Amino acid sequence: MSEVIEITLRSLLVSGLATLLAALFAVPLGLYLGLKGSGRAGRAAIYAGMALPPVVAGLFFYFLFSRSGPLGALGLLYTLPAMVLAEALLAFPLIAGFTLAGAAERAPRVRTLVRALGGTERQVLPTLLVESRRVVVAALAAGFGAAISEVGAATIVGGDIRHATRVLTTAVVLETRRGNLEAAAALGAVLLGVALLVNAFLVMLEARR
Amino acid sequence: MITARGITKRLGAFALRVEHFSARQGEVVAVLGPSGAGKSTLLKLLAGLLAPDSGEVRREGLWAYLEQDPYLLDRPVWANAAFGRRLHGESADRARQATLYWLRRVGLLGLAERPARDLSGGERVRLALARALAVEPAGLLLDEPTANLDPANVARVEGLIREARDAGQGVVLVTHNLFQARRLADRALFLLAGEVVEAGPAPAFFTSPRDPRTRAFLSGEMVW
Repeated sequence: MSEVIEITLRSLLVSGLATLLAALFAVPLGLYLGLKGSGRAGRAAIYAGMALPPVVAGLFFYFLFSRSGPLGALGLLYTLPAMVLAEALLAFPLIAGFTLAGAAERAPRVRTLVRALGGTERQVLPTLLVESRRVVVAALAAGFGAAISEVGAATIVGGDIRHATRVLTTAVVLETRRGNLEAAAALGAVLLGVALLVNAFLVMLEARR
Repeated sequence: MITARGITKRLGAFALRVEHFSARQGEVVAVLGPSGAGKSTLLKLLAGLLAPDSGEVRREGLWAYLEQDPYLLDRPVWANAAFGRRLHGESADRARQATLYWLRRVGLLGLAERPARDLSGGERVRLALARALAVEPAGLLLDEPTANLDPANVARVEGLIREARDAGQGVVLVTHNLFQARRLADRALFLLAGEVVEAGPAPAFFTSPRDPRTRAFLSGEMVW
């Protein structure tokens, strides 16, 4: 039981940090592109990134952090930071894409309103962020959902090491392979519960404003 | 005072050209014309939301612009009314106190804490007017503020426009409603296909227009 709690907390930590890290860059980028109204190449790249397979993200960081890779000296392979980075890469296009879509819809009207009341162009972006907050929360939920539910990247860069990098998804795969279907199902239920709880928290956070 | 001299603006196949336009404090200038004449484009040029291809627009003080279907922020009514003052650096508390006065003026004080998205069409326009008036502008640029409103709300909005004029603010009013223009305007201007056909003091403009196209428009005939 204590190991399940340990794995659950690790899953929350890795996916939570990955979501925050991705959001740090993805939300401003999505708002900026939404406000700009053009930038088709950037938009296309973000939307294409939404389809990034987790194993490809995992492979990318595997090559980067493997002993012979360019960042091999950092010794990050099979560590939680490597998992955070891989999951952040998966969450990034989702958060940026959702934010962009929501911001692009509102941006012209928000800009008109700000300028119509004598505001400056620099005041448009913060206003747009506040106006798009519900979309941003949905984007964070989507990003977190992608991060906590993926298994390919976590396995490749984390290695599913007991008491070190094992998370809920990799544990489910392991128990299924061992034939412990009851344990796998229980872990799956925990995973589902965690995802639901985090999303409920985000919805509550959004409703408070 | 707001003045436009020799402004031109091309938007696709449409081109607007206005040699001279002005509106002073304490007067209502009605801009009339059929759909597609360039009324809204002129208003956006006056508001600085569009840049003219040539010519210049001069605004003395802030002229607040109100779109036909005003955008309300996803916030309570009072926060919407206070938004303009917040943009100008006022603290939330001070802006809130100041805008409660304007909410009372437009009859929305009782709804101050409600989410703005819950308001009816007429209430939305009144809130947008309160938001514009709250920044204490030199003038208002209004794009069909009473389109799609019921008669009671039309009367209320017209009352607010008169009050603004009587308080010394200038008003440029784009409207399709000839009766409204007659009721409110001190001066009127008729736009057709991007050109000013006729402009002048309201009584003469409405009773004895010089141009046959203005006469046709005022008598309800289709003109292009």
